[in-house]
Amino acid sequence: MPYYRATIVVTLRPAILDVPGKTVEHALHSLGFETVRNVRIGKHITLELQATDVEHAQQQCHTMSQELLANPVIEDFAIATIEPITP
Amino acid sequence: MNVGIVIFPGSNCDRDAYYAARLVAGITPQFLWHKDTELPADLDCIILPGGFSYGDYLRSGAIARFSPIMRAVRSFADEGGLVLGICNGFQILTEAGLLPGALLRNAHQRFVCRNVTVRVENNATPFTSAYGQGQVLRIPIAHGEGRYYADPETIARLEANRQVVFRYVDADSNPTAESNPNGSLANIAGIINERGNVLGMMPHPERACQALLGSDDGLGVFTSLVHYFAHVSV
Repeated sequence: MPYYRATIVVTLRPAILDVPGKTVEHALHSLGFETVRNVRIGKHITLELQATDVEHAQQQCHTMSQELLANPVIEDFAIATIEPITP
Repeated sequence: MNVGIVIFPGSNCDRDAYYAARLVAGITPQFLWHKDTELPADLDCIILPGGFSYGDYLRSGAIARFSPIMRAVRSFADEGGLVLGICNGFQILTEAGLLPGALLRNAHQRFVCRNVTVRVENNATPFTSAYGQGQVLRIPIAHGEGRYYADPETIARLEANRQVVFRYVDADSNPTAESNPNGSLANIAGIINERGNVLGMMPHPERACQALLGSDDGLGVFTSLVHYFAHVSV
């Protein structure tokens, strides 16, 4: 089975106050970027896994995001990239 | 009654919980190891203590939920056994889905370690029967991620079912924004599951069990357990 490298991005759901994001937003304003708004900070997770094809890899990433990588009560996730790699 | 206190890698209030439980006549505490897959047969209550299990990696409580012992804790709770999660223990219970909602980074971004006042919102639970309804307790908190969050429907259900057991209030028993130390929705400091056997709370009752150490307002959580079992066994 081929190997794939996936990147998964986890962010707080839009309705939830992202306190670190707010703090960084204030700092960016102090730096002179006064028009910056809606700064959100999340997690960027990369992993490698074996799968029969891209769909299978996608499916596994989806399940692991739902079960562990993101907490569906407070977070959204997106599988940003999945690409085959040489084992 | 037999109380088991789970030690996860990174637990740091396990000894305090043991010490507090020992102060109460009728409780025999023992430690349980996170790798255990079976619980002692005569266990009456499990405490998930505070700390930073698994370094709080990914999210507080997210990894502890997969500890071997948690499968046994879940079965124990499913059979009606009493489970008390304090601080990190509360975070673990929400991550495990044994309690609704989640605990987010404190609204002001800082770790907060100080005494707060909380009101007993429901004294008809196995964990709070030693208190008066509406009694105000002085108990310390110590956490960076204690902002209770749940969707509006869940909050409404918790309120309607009297599942909010502890609420942050000021000295006059008012749940004000100023008395809310972390930005929790509805000033929620502790909740119980619908069945009434799993309680999670951010304040540390085990750190407020001797007047000499500042407050003994937390002792009631432990004496309530003894009352409950005396009542049940009669």
